[in-house]
Amino acid sequence: MGIIKARHVAFDYLRMDEEGQVESRSRAVDDVDLDVEAGDFVAILGHNGSGKSTLAKHINAILLPTEGTVFVDGKDTQDESKLWEIRQSAGMVFQNPDNQIIGTIVDEDVGFGPENMGVPQDEIWQRVEESLKAVGMWEYRSHSPNKLSGGQKQRVAIAGVVAMRPKCIVLDEPTAMLDPNGRQEVIRTVRELNRREHVTVLLITHYMEEVIHADKVIVMDQGKIVMQGTPREVFSHVGELKRFRLDVPQATLVAYELQKAGIALPDGILSNEELIGALEAYRKKRQNK
Amino acid sequence: MLRDITLGQYYPANSVLHKLDPRVKLAGTMVFIVSLFAFRSAEAYIGATLFLAAVIRISKVPLKFMLKGLKSIIFLMMLTVVFNLFLTRGTVVFRLGFLAVTEEGIETAVFMAIRLVYLIIGSSVMTLTTTPNDLTDGLEKAMRPLGKVRVPVHEIAMMMSIALRFIPILLEETDKIMKAQMARGADFESGGLIQKAKNMIPLLVPLFISAFRRANDLAMAMEARGYHGGEGRTKMKPLVYRGRDKIAYLLLLLYLVLMFLVNRIGFFAGLI
Ligand SMILES: Nc1ncnc2c1ncn2[C@@H]1O[C@H](COP(=O)(O)OP(=O)(O)OP(=O)(O)O)[C@@H](O)[C@H]1O
Ligand SMILES: [Mg+2]
Repeated sequence: MGIIKARHVAFDYLRMDEEGQVESRSRAVDDVDLDVEAGDFVAILGHNGSGKSTLAKHINAILLPTEGTVFVDGKDTQDESKLWEIRQSAGMVFQNPDNQIIGTIVDEDVGFGPENMGVPQDEIWQRVEESLKAVGMWEYRSHSPNKLSGGQKQRVAIAGVVAMRPKCIVLDEPTAMLDPNGRQEVIRTVRELNRREHVTVLLITHYMEEVIHADKVIVMDQGKIVMQGTPREVFSHVGELKRFRLDVPQATLVAYELQKAGIALPDGILSNEELIGALEAYRKKRQNK
Repeated sequence: MLRDITLGQYYPANSVLHKLDPRVKLAGTMVFIVSLFAFRSAEAYIGATLFLAAVIRISKVPLKFMLKGLKSIIFLMMLTVVFNLFLTRGTVVFRLGFLAVTEEGIETAVFMAIRLVYLIIGSSVMTLTTTPNDLTDGLEKAMRPLGKVRVPVHEIAMMMSIALRFIPILLEETDKIMKAQMARGADFESGGLIQKAKNMIPLLVPLFISAFRRANDLAMAMEARGYHGGEGRTKMKPLVYRGRDKIAYLLLLLYLVLMFLVNRIGFFAGLI
C-alpha cells in the first residue's frame, strides 16, 4: 500500500479578528488526492502560492486538514496518539537552513531528533554517524553550523532528519537559497538516499533540472493538483505548463518551439542530449528522403 | 559595537578548563562572584586576582578575548565609579563645587570597579571555555531541583541554548541591514541621543520582523523533528562527573576557605 494517501484534502487559513472570531478564510489546498508509493521520488511543482508548502505540512501533521484525510504509513494524521510516530515516519526539510538547525555543533544537531524520540545514548551516536556519513558530512561533525556553506548546512539538516530513520522525507524548496554548487550537492544527496536507502522523497522545487529524474511529477495550481505523471508525460504539455505559469527545462522549450515551427520532433524531450539525438535523427530522416 | 559582546562566544582550545563539567564551572563562577562581594579587604582582592590569573592561564584563552567583554560595560562602570566617588559620606579629601570626594568614596569606587571588571572577566572565562550547549546542559542539571516547584527548567535551558545559537546569526543580520540602510543614506552615527534612537528605527523594524520569522520557522522545524518538551527525552551527551571535576570542586572549596582566612587575618591586621 502507498506510504502517503490523501483523500479530498482541503485546508483553509483562517484570519481571526480581535475577539477570536473568524474574519475570513482562504483556501490554500483544495480537494487534493495524493498517492505516493514507498520508495518513490516525487517532485511537486507549482507557481508561488499554489499551496505546495501547505500540502507538504500536512504530511507530517504540522497542519491538519480542514476537510478530508491524510494517511501516512497507514496512520491518520488526525489521530493525536500517533502524532510522534507520524513525525518520525515522515521527516521534513525546510528552505532556510539557518532556521532549522537547532544544535550549536553539527553532531548535536543531528542527534536532536533521536533525543526527542527517546533513543538510548549509544544508538543516538550510531545513528548520528550513519546519517552524517550518508550525507557526506562526517568530517564536519564537530564544526559549528554557522561556519558551513549553505549546501553543507542543508545536508546537515537532511542528516538530522535521516537520523530519525523516516520512511519518507519531504523537502520544501531545500535548494532555493543555495548557489548552483550547493544545489547540486543537496540534490545528489537526496537522490542517493532515495536510491540506496529506498527512502521515499517528496521534493518541492522551482528548478526544472531537479525534476527530470523524479519517478513522478505533480503540478499544483491554486490549491489543486492539475497535472501528474512521469516527467516525460508532464513536460510534453508545454502549453499547459505555461498556463500554470511554470517553466520547462530549456531543452524541452527549444523542442517545443521547433515543433511549432514545423520540425517533427517527439514530445517530452527533457535533456540537451535527448534534444541533440532527436535533431540528428530528424536530419537523417530528411537526408534519406 | 554589537559584536563586542563575548557572551556565548566559545573559544575552542584544548585545556583542562575546557574539559571540566559545566556544572563545576558554573559553581566556580558563583564561588568567585560570591568571594568578590563577601570579602572586602585588600588582601582578599589580591587573593581573587591570583585565582583569576591562574584560571586564565589554565584556560589557554588569550587575554584579549577575556577583555573584550569589558567594552560593553564601560559605561556602567563609569557610572558606578562616579556615583561612588561623589556620593559616599566620610572624610573629605577635596571638593569640586558642591560635590565632595571622600576617602571612603575613593576606596569604594576603586573596589567597585575592580569587582565589576573581575565579575565580567570571571563569567567570560566560563562562556569562553564552555560550549553554549554544555552551558545550558549544566544549568538544566544544576537547576533540576527547581523543577519540583514547577519552574520550567528544561524550557528555560532550551530557550537559552537557542538564544545563544541565534545571537551570532542575528548580529550578522543586524550588520547586513545596517549596511543596506547606510547604502540608502541612513545615518546611525550623528545627532543627539534622541536623534540616534530615532535613526535606529529603520534598523530595528526589519530586524524584529526577521527574528519573528526565524522563530516561527525554528518552532516548526523543532516540532517536525519530534520535539515535545523535556519529557521522555534522552541525551546524546549526558553530563557525568569525572575525577578532574571532583578535584576542581575540592580546589574551589580550598579557595573559599583560604579567602575566608585571608580576609579574616587582613581584617584583624587592620584593627591593630
Ligand atoms: N500562514 C499563513 N496564513 C495565511 N495564509 C497563508 C499562510 N501561509 C500561506 N498562506 C496562503 O496560502 C496559499 C498557499 O501558500 P503556500 O505557502 O502553500 O504556497 P507555495 O506553493 O508553497 O508557494 P511558494 O512557491 O511561494 O513557496 C497562498 O495564497 C498563501 O498566501
Ligand atoms: Mg512554499
